[in-house]
Amino acid sequence: MPDGINTGIGASVTRVEDYRFLTGQGTYTDDINRPGQAYAYILRSPHAHARINGIDTTAAGAADGVVAIYTGADMQTGGLPCGWLIHSRDGSPMHEPPHPPLAQGKVRCLGDQVAIVIADSLSQAKAAAELIEVDYDVLPAVVDMKAAAGGGTLVHDDIGTNVCYDWVIGEEGDVDAALAGSAHVTEIDIVNNRLIANAMEPRAAVSDFDRATGEYTLYTTTQNPHVIRLLMGAFVLSIPEHKLRIVAPDVGGGFGSKIFHYAEEAILTWAAGKLARPIKWTAERSESFMTDAQGRDHVTTAKLGLDANGKFTALKVETMANMGAYLSTFASSVPTYLYATLLAGCYTTPVIFANVKAIFTNTVPVDAYRGAGRPEATYLLERIVNKAAKEMNLDPVEIRTRNFIPSDAFPYQTPVALQYDSGDYMATLKRAQELHDTAGFAARRAEAEARGKKLGLGYSTYLEACGIAPSAVAGALGARAGLYESAEVRVHPTGSVTIFTGTHSHGQGHETTFAQLVSERLGVPLENIEISHGDTNRVQFGMGTYGSRSLAVGGVALDKALDKIEAKAKKIAAHILEASTEDLEFNDGNFTVAGTDKAMAFGEVALAAYVPHNYPIDEIEPGLDEQAFYDPANFTYPGGCHICEVEIDPATGVTEVTKFTAVDDVGRVINPMIVAGQVHGGVAQGIGQALLEEAIYDPEGQLLTGSYMDYCMPRADNLPSIQVAHETTLCTHNSLGVKGCGEVGAIGSPPAVINAVLDALTDFGVEDIAMPATPARVWQAIQDAKA
Amino acid sequence: MYDFNYHKPSSSNAAASAVAGADDGKFLAGGQTLLPTMKQRLAMPSDLVDLAGCDLSGVRVDGDNLVIGAMTTHDAVATSAEVQAHIPGLAALAAGIGDQQVRNRGTIGGSVANNDPAADYPAACLALGATIHTDRRTITAEDFFTGMFDTALDEGELITAIAFPKPAACAYQKFPNPASRYALVGVMVAKTGGGVRVAVTGAGENGVFRAAEIEAALGANFSADAAAGAAVSADGLNSDLHASAEYRAHLVGVMASRAVAAC
Repeated sequence: MPDGINTGIGASVTRVEDYRFLTGQGTYTDDINRPGQAYAYILRSPHAHARINGIDTTAAGAADGVVAIYTGADMQTGGLPCGWLIHSRDGSPMHEPPHPPLAQGKVRCLGDQVAIVIADSLSQAKAAAELIEVDYDVLPAVVDMKAAAGGGTLVHDDIGTNVCYDWVIGEEGDVDAALAGSAHVTEIDIVNNRLIANAMEPRAAVSDFDRATGEYTLYTTTQNPHVIRLLMGAFVLSIPEHKLRIVAPDVGGGFGSKIFHYAEEAILTWAAGKLARPIKWTAERSESFMTDAQGRDHVTTAKLGLDANGKFTALKVETMANMGAYLSTFASSVPTYLYATLLAGCYTTPVIFANVKAIFTNTVPVDAYRGAGRPEATYLLERIVNKAAKEMNLDPVEIRTRNFIPSDAFPYQTPVALQYDSGDYMATLKRAQELHDTAGFAARRAEAEARGKKLGLGYSTYLEACGIAPSAVAGALGARAGLYESAEVRVHPTGSVTIFTGTHSHGQGHETTFAQLVSERLGVPLENIEISHGDTNRVQFGMGTYGSRSLAVGGVALDKALDKIEAKAKKIAAHILEASTEDLEFNDGNFTVAGTDKAMAFGEVALAAYVPHNYPIDEIEPGLDEQAFYDPANFTYPGGCHICEVEIDPATGVTEVTKFTAVDDVGRVINPMIVAGQVHGGVAQGIGQALLEEAIYDPEGQLLTGSYMDYCMPRADNLPSIQVAHETTLCTHNSLGVKGCGEVGAIGSPPAVINAVLDALTDFGVEDIAMPATPARVWQAIQDAKA
Repeated sequence: MYDFNYHKPSSSNAAASAVAGADDGKFLAGGQTLLPTMKQRLAMPSDLVDLAGCDLSGVRVDGDNLVIGAMTTHDAVATSAEVQAHIPGLAALAAGIGDQQVRNRGTIGGSVANNDPAADYPAACLALGATIHTDRRTITAEDFFTGMFDTALDEGELITAIAFPKPAACAYQKFPNPASRYALVGVMVAKTGGGVRVAVTGAGENGVFRAAEIEAALGANFSADAAAGAAVSADGLNSDLHASAEYRAHLVGVMASRAVAAC
């Protein structure tokens, strides 16, 4: 760089967006106000399952300030669509019951939308909502998945079953035979606890309709504005794209929960059109608990076969996955193509069979949550591997190294469809052991023992898959969308640059990372680069941000657009410098003719592109503005080793995470500080899942953990200082060599924590514990083992 | 939140009159429970009578008693030189209530009047044998806490101060609910003129109570082991999402033992 400061690839540049966030100058959806705006309150079902015999809005409609009240009878539109079609083992398509934005005669989960009250003020809307009389016939609710799978109460009467699909991958006969011939078979029953995302910013929406142009605008808290435009425009409201603008301004965290198309978005947009008046809705925290799509919620039994040397021979998995009451946008893909395809992990297991039954229950929908399917697969694998080690009297490290895919075996074809391109699992393991000082564990354990505490050490050697692709393969597997990404590089006449990306930043730091990519390539200082995202009227197209795809797909799209910019700029420079493009070099923002002192700065080339007086006009067009769409050839495969150390107080059952080490292979690292932050946050969520968090419904479908009084989020004092390092193998099929880092923390960490807890409790004879391993559960496990 | 009338009188007499004259008046102390409840539209008082101007805050020593004004914030109690000098266990208890924002707003009178079954102050009042002073009378802690969110206060009666007899020693140990950080079990152990008193919050179905088994054990042998060894019955203790009655009973012994060690 001209000023000598490295702002390119590999530099820990301070995040450019943080100034506005930390000084309270972000613009979030709730900060947006439109002239003449009205306010909406959504009347929700207090029951998990009920028939609506009638809704009387007479008194409410006459209340002060009320503009309109709409119920399902008024809003007869399309339902909220599901984006991925799964076929059952018998070839039949999954059941897709209707998902109306406003309830049509029946409510199927707590918080289901019954009516929208629109008033001049929020207070008036709430007051009016209390006057609405809904005549409910409360029906029995089905909450437990096993009960639901057995029939009885049906969430959707018309489909005659609560089983959405019954899907398989692998050859069951081969796996059964391999298990029968194994020297040892380890069996495990695992529950992956249900979680609530708890983004700091609750969901919100502001809708508007311009009578002059017929254009609808929706400001909404989404991770993927173009996807919302497509789903809502095409499937729910029948509004063509050119008349529908979706803006996702600053968004305060998503973790997956803001991927999905929610009913409120459609209701508000529809109502704004009816009233030709802007409307604002912002969820209260209790609404977020009740209505944001939740995560995980698997019940699994599995069998792992091993030969006499501890080599895995086969894996058989039976999983029930909770869908909740309706199919959320990507719900169906999470426990199938994002879960069962990961069951090889980083091991050479030769044959694998998985059967997944997706179950409807009278609970809020379950969909992707940071990691989405991969944490569930990792938790299962890393728990059963530890159990097998114990049963076979093998060290937990030894059993892993005996089964690792060797570093020279790539590309590696797993038995569950995926082909890994690169990795070195031994390297991440060794580095993690060194950093963690696992050799010193015995001494630390003895020291803790002397204080009456129990120390435990737990490993997780995980593998995950990011950037779902290619589109053609995803399509063959049932995806109803493409999974490419787009980028536009607009170089302005004076050489500053605006990047338009179809990804969306809601905490990830794209405004810095993507700018670093541009700075590296074009030699433009960061302050001359703007990253524009989140507005369908500004950004050409995009599939948004989830699945750690932004850099691995969106960043590579940007790299391809930069290729085009550089190629065109080179032609312009060659013309002006009277040299051939082959003789031109481009370094640090300057074109130079090799072996001469002839040079031209990138900014001068940009000016020439827009003031084409001396210009190769016969060869190329004026302007310097290029676009690229990138559809990857494969997933990317981050992996690594997490080591957790816990100290348990047997008197109270309190578990403290005293030491945590994460060595991840995320491919090339653009900004190490941002990657470390992503790992820290993911590990915090993983520790939260392992020790603190659980969404609990009672048998009537009431959410018992509906506030922070009962749902335990990780706080700073629940977390240790997390050691983060990288052992890098490059992705072999994208130009940046990047893999993705957003979810590794949440994927790798939970089994490391639980394996550590079980290690600490070995002396008591405790062999299993459910997540979250709360003090009460740990204490009870010790008592039960004593009994 | 529903609309309400707001009053800010300058004396406790005027405050009592304002509440008496309202349809459904409520005193507003620190508001740490009342205001969130109103925001959720679960409470709709017609009038709020703010006690901030009533000169009810402050700590003073009165012979063998430490007298703390009802509007004294948790932070003021925690950092008071008098409290730290005379009943350091009480200062430490106040320093552990909620978070710093709560401690800057929440008051001892508000907490005691609310009698949340998981609040900390009721354990201190009961273990130390405090006397609650109101605008009408004095009430012993024994008589004051009558059940979950229930006290001996009459309609419109206002707490003005709480008097704590100085103990020979006392300490409070809290096992926080992991989610809310309220007391899952909190135990105050005090060596008082009337013997060893042990009060338990967070655990009981009817709110704060004295642990007779532990008091007896500690009366005979004031040691951590004696407290840990005293069997506490799970009968009458709460069972919920966070802890079974058995676990709570066990924790009462552990917390009592740790409180004795901290005395």
